[in-house]
Amino acid sequence: MKDVIIIGAGAVGCFLARELSRYNLDILVLEKNNDVGNGASSANSAIIHSGYDPKPNSLKAKLNVEGCAMFDELSKELDFHFFKIGSLTLAFNEEENKTLKELQNRGELNGVSTSILSKEETLNLEPNLNDNVYSSLFAPTAGIVDCFNMCAHTMENAIDNGVNLKLDEEVIDITHQNDKILVKTNKDIYESRIVINAAGLASDKIARLFDKDFKLTIEPRKGEYYVLDNDFDLVNHVCFVVPSKLGKGVLVSKTSSNNYIIGPNNVETTSIDDVSTDNESLIDIKNKSSKTLKVSPIYKTIRVFAGNRAHLVNYDDFYIEPSKLNPNFINLVGIESPGLTSSPAIAKYVINEFISKLIKLDLKSNFNPYVKKYIVMKDIKSVEEKDKIIKSNPEYGKIICSCECVSLGEINDVLSRSVPINSIKALKKRLRTGYGRCQGGFCQPLLAGILAKHKDIDLKDILYSEDDSNILKERAK
Amino acid sequence: MKHYKIIIIGGGSAAMGAALKANETGIDAKDILIIEKSEYLGGILNQCIHTGFGLSEFKEELTGPEYANRFIVQIKEKGIPYLLSTMVISINLDKTVEIRSVNGDEILSYDALIIATGCIERSPGAIKLNGYRCAGIMTAGQAQNYLNNLGYLPGKKVFILGSGDIGLIMARRMTLEGAKVIGVAELMSYSNGLKRNIVQCLEDYNIPLYLSTTVKETIGKNRLEKIILASVDEKLNFIPGTEKEVECDTLLLSVGLIPNVNILSKLNLNKDKTGKFIIDEKCETSREGIYICGNSLHVHDLVDEVTKESRIAGYFAAKYVLEGETKDDVIPVTHNENVGYVVPNVLNKNYRGNVSIKFRCRRPMRNVTVIIKDNTNTFKSIKKMAIIPSEMQNISFNVSNDIDSYLNVEIKENE
Repeated sequence: MKDVIIIGAGAVGCFLARELSRYNLDILVLEKNNDVGNGASSANSAIIHSGYDPKPNSLKAKLNVEGCAMFDELSKELDFHFFKIGSLTLAFNEEENKTLKELQNRGELNGVSTSILSKEETLNLEPNLNDNVYSSLFAPTAGIVDCFNMCAHTMENAIDNGVNLKLDEEVIDITHQNDKILVKTNKDIYESRIVINAAGLASDKIARLFDKDFKLTIEPRKGEYYVLDNDFDLVNHVCFVVPSKLGKGVLVSKTSSNNYIIGPNNVETTSIDDVSTDNESLIDIKNKSSKTLKVSPIYKTIRVFAGNRAHLVNYDDFYIEPSKLNPNFINLVGIESPGLTSSPAIAKYVINEFISKLIKLDLKSNFNPYVKKYIVMKDIKSVEEKDKIIKSNPEYGKIICSCECVSLGEINDVLSRSVPINSIKALKKRLRTGYGRCQGGFCQPLLAGILAKHKDIDLKDILYSEDDSNILKERAK
Repeated sequence: MKHYKIIIIGGGSAAMGAALKANETGIDAKDILIIEKSEYLGGILNQCIHTGFGLSEFKEELTGPEYANRFIVQIKEKGIPYLLSTMVISINLDKTVEIRSVNGDEILSYDALIIATGCIERSPGAIKLNGYRCAGIMTAGQAQNYLNNLGYLPGKKVFILGSGDIGLIMARRMTLEGAKVIGVAELMSYSNGLKRNIVQCLEDYNIPLYLSTTVKETIGKNRLEKIILASVDEKLNFIPGTEKEVECDTLLLSVGLIPNVNILSKLNLNKDKTGKFIIDEKCETSREGIYICGNSLHVHDLVDEVTKESRIAGYFAAKYVLEGETKDDVIPVTHNENVGYVVPNVLNKNYRGNVSIKFRCRRPMRNVTVIIKDNTNTFKSIKKMAIIPSEMQNISFNVSNDIDSYLNVEIKENE
């Protein structure tokens, strides 16, 4: 019998697994996709929010602020990109300026210090903003994160500390008897003392598998984005607009890979799997961003994408509670923005508030908080150092993805790590191969070959993303 | 630090043409270096196994690899050094480049640099293709690579968006491999491919071409299942009610090529107001000693044209190394609204000799006159029965006096 089963390997599931791996526990993570961090955790703005925005005294406010403060240390231990570039929330008239003051006060109640900048100060920081800007709220603790590698490295560290991860396993039934909970997947049945539902967009469905009377329902809200090329200057901070009744509005930000992101909109969608983009939404986002910026940079687009928010109707906070049927089944439902920022704090909160009261937590003596350092050639400045790396392993000199300058050495390093790589998309998330302006036009066939060799499978069995996403149909005549 | 008189980035037809011309102009073979990122010289020609290359250059019809080989043989004969599987990581402001290969990371210095990095295909992201980002959507060139280089068929029921030449070639190629090519949609009201490709790749195989039509949406969670086609009006907006569902497992994109010049972003080269690099009649950029040619300068229809242009860059790079800079004040090369773009977009005032003006019209036109003139003189006036955007125009003339104020390229509809 397992001690803890975590359903879902998104940001929250990954941090829960890693936090729990500090203790002598038998932990299993079940993920229905073939990679970690594949749902809302991969398709979002990738912003670490400072925490001035959530309603004071809410779980969102508490866990956002706590989470934000953890990223400096986490990014070092887990070796992922996090840049504390600060955010500017832009006001374009006196009325919006008043809202900034309200937001500043709310930030103080949440324990977040911000400052209001004049038009000149704002334009000094961001010369490409529209000259109509009136003032801005500067939050220095906000940042941008590589959410792909955040999830991957966190889970890698958890696995290296003893956690068991099973990908491609979808939970289809959950029952309980005596002091154990039975989790049935499409492949197996597992028993556990404690089960944590961290299933993100599907968390309401999972909650109902266990308790059919679970009341809350997720109504996914889709957001679409533009990703722009990285060869020009646009903005240096996360640039929000003043939130309105219609939501947080369209932001413009640098990303952790020096690209830029513009989005999202906020529309209801019927399915959590609907990540399609549409023309109307993208035009809407383009028009909104043109109010923020002097010149529209949309022509620099290299990709558009959509992601869904795990939005709860009639519940205005994260819902983190044990099941009414059984205190050993813990539901985490409605983890939408600022969910990514809050995810490491949510993990600690769940352990302190609930798990520590259900099971004895003995710290492991051999817990290692660090992932083995990744060599990222792009991040190394000195030619001598790069030369030394290549001399000791020539694979680092063999470039596979030329847009992003990713070498075979870096690819083989990722393939050797604890979280399995099952698709071209998984490689792309780790290494940005195919993320540049050619979008894999040149390197995808090479990557498919490397992956096929590593997995010892035929090229036609290489997946682009999930099951049945084979890139090739058959061998040519 | 190793020094070369001329370093050429890229190892395709433009690079080889420039290298041979520089050598012929008086630069020792050993003072030239070609740096190619892939394992072979020849660039993208290696995957173009169809014929149609070399008609003007060699007066015969060659395949892509055959055309490339004619140059590779000469490069080897002359002993011009080249590095394969070697990537230029950065071009620095101090006339050096950083290169990387399995042998290490290294800085090389140069007197003149020729950029011949070719072009890339516009991606589904670049055209903001809407719907799901599932497997089965790829560029035509990527499909060509999978099929011709790796021997795998990417799909069985194929639709092609865009009537660019690679898409047309792949329509025929996939048909021959047993796939069903359902049709080709072109956003514009005219085809963007060469006429001969429309006939030989579509008409001969009864593959329909839908003009003023595009893909509004792609559907399929993991693998493409269907697409929604829609007609567009003159402003390229969707016409409501014209949506049509087409079942297919593959969508190939042939929606244009863009110069692969990201490596230049650090150099802060001067650009014109439309964002194009300022290039003079010698293929020289605004930075002394840096030349650019071939598809990395502008996309050509035919490799023969690339070769011609590469000789200009090779010749003037050699002259620069041998004789020093002759850059002068420049005058602009302008055009009227019927012209899409012109290369070069500036001319050196003191230049004397032959000038090649390359341009494309913005839309198909009939019965026109192309006029190239300055403030006082008309250099060329050529009547044409028809002119289409997919065919690049190349007009040469001799400059023997100072050009007065500007050079203008005009396409006029005749009465």
